[in-house]
Amino acid sequence: MLHSKKRFRLRRRYKILISLFAGCVIVSVMAFALQNAHFPVFDTAGEVANKQRDLIIFTSILSLVIIVPVFGLLFGIAWRFRATNTKAKYRPNWDHSRVAETIWWGLPGLLIVFLSVIIWTSSHELDPYRPLTNNKPAVTVQVVSLQWKWLFIYPDQKIASVNVVQFPEDTPVNFVITADSPMNSFWIPQLGGQVYAMNGMTTKLHLIADRTGNFRGSSANLSGEGFAGMKFTARSTSEQDFENWVTKNQTAQTLDWAKYEELAKPSKDQPESVYALNDSGLYDKVIEKYMSEHSSTKMKSGHAN
Amino acid sequence: MVLSHARERIESDIKVTLGFWLYLMTDCILFATLFAVYVVMQPATAGGPSGAELFDLPFVLGETLLLLFSSFTCGLALLAARARSKNQTIAWLLVTVGLGCAFLSMELYEFIHLINEGFGWQRSGFLSAFFVLVGTHGLHILVGILWAVTMIVRLSREGLTHSTNRKLTLFSMFWHFLDVIWIFIFTIVYMIGAIS
Amino acid sequence: MLGNLTLDALPHDPIAGGGAAMVVGGGLTIVIALFVTKRWTWLWKEWLTSLDPKRIGIMYLIVALAMLLRGFADALMIRTQQALASGDAAGILTSDHFQQVFSAHGTIMIFFVAMGLIFGIINLILPLQLGSRDVAFPFLNSVSFWLFIAGFILINASLVIGEFSAAGWLAYPPLSGIEYSPGVGVDYWIWALQISGIGSLLSGINFMVTIFKMRAPGMTLMKMPIFAWSVLCSMSLVAFAFPILTVTLTLLSLDRLLGMHFFTSDMGGNPMMYINLIWAWGHPEVYILVLPAFGIFSEIVATFSSKRLFGYASMVWALGAITVLSFIVWLHHFFTMGAGANVNAFFGIMTAVIAIPTGVKIFNWLFTMYGGRIRFTTPMLWFMGFVVTFTLGGVTGVLMSVPAIDFQVHNSLFLIAHFHTMIIGGVVFGFFAGFTYWFPKIFGFKLNERLGVYAFWLWLIGFLMAFVPLYILGLMGATRRLDHYDASLGWQGLFVVAGIGVLVLGLGVLCQIAQLVVSIRQRNQNRDTTGDPWGGRTLEWATPSPAPIYNFAQVPEVTSRDAFWMMKERQRGASAPRKSFSPITIPNNSSLGVAIGMLSFLIGFGLIWHIFWLACVGIVGIIIVILIRTTGDEDETELSAVEVERIDAAARHETRKKRA
Repeated sequence: MLHSKKRFRLRRRYKILISLFAGCVIVSVMAFALQNAHFPVFDTAGEVANKQRDLIIFTSILSLVIIVPVFGLLFGIAWRFRATNTKAKYRPNWDHSRVAETIWWGLPGLLIVFLSVIIWTSSHELDPYRPLTNNKPAVTVQVVSLQWKWLFIYPDQKIASVNVVQFPEDTPVNFVITADSPMNSFWIPQLGGQVYAMNGMTTKLHLIADRTGNFRGSSANLSGEGFAGMKFTARSTSEQDFENWVTKNQTAQTLDWAKYEELAKPSKDQPESVYALNDSGLYDKVIEKYMSEHSSTKMKSGHAN
Repeated sequence: MVLSHARERIESDIKVTLGFWLYLMTDCILFATLFAVYVVMQPATAGGPSGAELFDLPFVLGETLLLLFSSFTCGLALLAARARSKNQTIAWLLVTVGLGCAFLSMELYEFIHLINEGFGWQRSGFLSAFFVLVGTHGLHILVGILWAVTMIVRLSREGLTHSTNRKLTLFSMFWHFLDVIWIFIFTIVYMIGAIS
Repeated sequence: MLGNLTLDALPHDPIAGGGAAMVVGGGLTIVIALFVTKRWTWLWKEWLTSLDPKRIGIMYLIVALAMLLRGFADALMIRTQQALASGDAAGILTSDHFQQVFSAHGTIMIFFVAMGLIFGIINLILPLQLGSRDVAFPFLNSVSFWLFIAGFILINASLVIGEFSAAGWLAYPPLSGIEYSPGVGVDYWIWALQISGIGSLLSGINFMVTIFKMRAPGMTLMKMPIFAWSVLCSMSLVAFAFPILTVTLTLLSLDRLLGMHFFTSDMGGNPMMYINLIWAWGHPEVYILVLPAFGIFSEIVATFSSKRLFGYASMVWALGAITVLSFIVWLHHFFTMGAGANVNAFFGIMTAVIAIPTGVKIFNWLFTMYGGRIRFTTPMLWFMGFVVTFTLGGVTGVLMSVPAIDFQVHNSLFLIAHFHTMIIGGVVFGFFAGFTYWFPKIFGFKLNERLGVYAFWLWLIGFLMAFVPLYILGLMGATRRLDHYDASLGWQGLFVVAGIGVLVLGLGVLCQIAQLVVSIRQRNQNRDTTGDPWGGRTLEWATPSPAPIYNFAQVPEVTSRDAFWMMKERQRGASAPRKSFSPITIPNNSSLGVAIGMLSFLIGFGLIWHIFWLACVGIVGIIIVILIRTTGDEDETELSAVEVERIDAAARHETRKKRA
């Protein structure tokens, strides 16, 4: 009897040692994997993304109000009322308590009311359709998702680019987005959240960068074979550099409808390229491709409101 | 023994009727979805004709009257069955089938007419939605007609048994349900379509 | 004659060929085994044509578990590809094949694993819990099962003949439209889902009527076991949501087949409508899966705490609230589609509100344990694991219910990690708990406890290792469904960890297979001789294990909740009263369910490959089968009272013998 008890304890000790060892291995592997980790959602570079980051952190902390008591109760109750613990009072017929139940309908309810206020205000404040304002005039960039690359059209600057989008820092950028391909999602995490790009209609996204730098952008929505290669560079530069870039591009190869159609053919992992824009109505033409007749425009407006 | 069998039969009746009601409810959701789709697609004429240009209201009113009247004769068949008159039941069912067939032929005529004019379901989102919504109802009517025909065959062979009575009740529920759906189609598709 | 079907449809590259070989080889092995053991008649008479929900339930479980292995193999391929394909490395799959693999993984896991497991458990347990002898419509039940099998055959046929959809598990148009997906893959997806979906719809109606009309005398709705309540809620969701799926899939296939314009980009089509429709079904679907799991956990917590379920009424209300709310949150799957702030905010708030009844359920479970005598058997361990994972998953869900946050994590691996937390931590853990708990009732002996505990820990650790990295990767900007990524992003390490996690999960699966094998070999030691191995509370434990064909020799009378517990309390000391037996009618086997399933398969296959005469054969065949069934008399056998007494005595005698 004693012997077996001892063996049992030994086995338990082994078990604890093995679990500790496994835990250490897992943690160190994770730490190793996270060596060069970069979190664009937290390493933000613009007003929109900053606010979204703060919201993520705040809501996560708020959720601790639920996680901590649940885990505490789970392990506490499980330990105290284990079958071998005869000291705990056994009450097999205790099956309701109005007070307790009111508390856990009510308290989470209050928490959700609080959260609802946050949802409502942040949805309006961070509505991607809401234009951003500061003292500088906004840059408008028309975005077309193609198979499988991004075309950026600057109607005011008369230039265009593929898989690279450049804009001056501290200047609102109005992205006007459509697709000439299966649905994609336009996402530059360091600047702010994403919006879908869809055929024959326009969606909008307003972003701003508060510093210079190269930010990674990509498509977040499956759009066919070359989808994984649908990434681009969002380049925030000084105003001067932006001007220089624009001037340089204005003498580059021209983009007209014929060139566009060539560009729109499916291709994978397309390198960056720039164009002088020949046809300022190009974006509208891309949208009109999907409206065989103009009379059906009614239903194609993107915004539900 | 006999008593318990009778009870089992009643219990089974109740189950079948409830089950059939639930089925009708799911069918109702199916049609509700199609109606929602139709309402969304209605403006999507893609340069093609709208309902106002296509629908011939008096013609559709004729269809509607046929179907309404078939619902009435279906009710008469049920009453005849309650009165235990086999021949009358069969007769009214035959009238119902006839009216159903007439309705279906008119609908088919309308469809073929539209397609010949070049306004088939490939013309626009609106026409796709129109053909599918009205066509789904038509398909249900076709099923109903087939069902009624098998009922007539069974009635003439077996007479008014417990089992045929039960099936007759379910059939009449189905047929009235299709009538109600048609009223919605008539209102939402044809009337509102013809006005706007 | 054969439509679009040519020899080109056979697989070419080695990995696809391997998959095809597995399907064909597996099928052949089973056929040969049946020939060698001369078990054809046995299989046909005892199983395939059976209308006994207990048999049908077991068949659901076998198919679903087989599909779990296939879905798991897909998961291994996805994880291997993503762990390798960093920078210039191409990984093991081409992009098209990779996309087919993840589309198949999602489709299989939801439609053929999760749904199969849920319907299996419901078939096995619900009638027993209600004190009923059968489901409301036994033949319809068989039809549902065989429609499920038709879908199962179609989705596996796509491995051998042709290809599967590469458009993701919900096949958003225009990608899934004929313009961008001209192959048969999407058609396989449509018809596999359509046919099995109709089966689910019929099951939904069947179980609802069973619950409403087949409860034991005295069992009012508020005296029903909570599992039955969860099934009622789940099945009414089926009845409300599946017609929407039927319509959506029909419209998509009409677009592809007849050139209609519902979801095309041009001619007035509206792809956004598809996304709305598919999620109007898709969100309730999540709850269709998880509500029965809630029900299972409710039974388990009460049983292993030897205590009444805490807050029964609250639990019922919470289930009802979730059922209703699940229909008004669908838009949270696409906050990023550009609906206005008001719309997004409304759906965000509704989503957050679901957290309230879900939280109530968790607290009620915790306080069911409070004041109990908790036995930490494997089902209880799965429950504890579930509370941990589900709380974490719920919190990340609430996070994403804030539209402004969702913009930053939508379609990223954070989302993937979230819903796997909910489905693995909720549905899968729930199923494993229920499977272990009810196994003795189904098969007459308990599962090996030690291997079960090992499997639990491997699953829990493997799960955390596989999905915590995905949460982190999502915040690092990794989007879902990537078949390669740049090495400079620093993602590979975490993808490797996730890959190892899946291997640990695989060890858990191996443990479970070993557990099954060992338990079957040691079945005589672990025999359940009492019919009540755990100290059960509900009626399924009141009959011998495994339950005889008619479930209960005498229909039990119910006076309160936890009916069996009360019976035991009352009978303590007193000898059981002498029972009288009466005749019981049971439905005869029917091969017509099999026929309907196979004819539906023909319809699906014909429409996929444009072999229209084959589809017509299927349709006409089904009409004929229905005519045969409805004109035939009620096909039943009556067991006389003497026979019932004999079977009952045999079951109990056997029990006593084994006890001695």
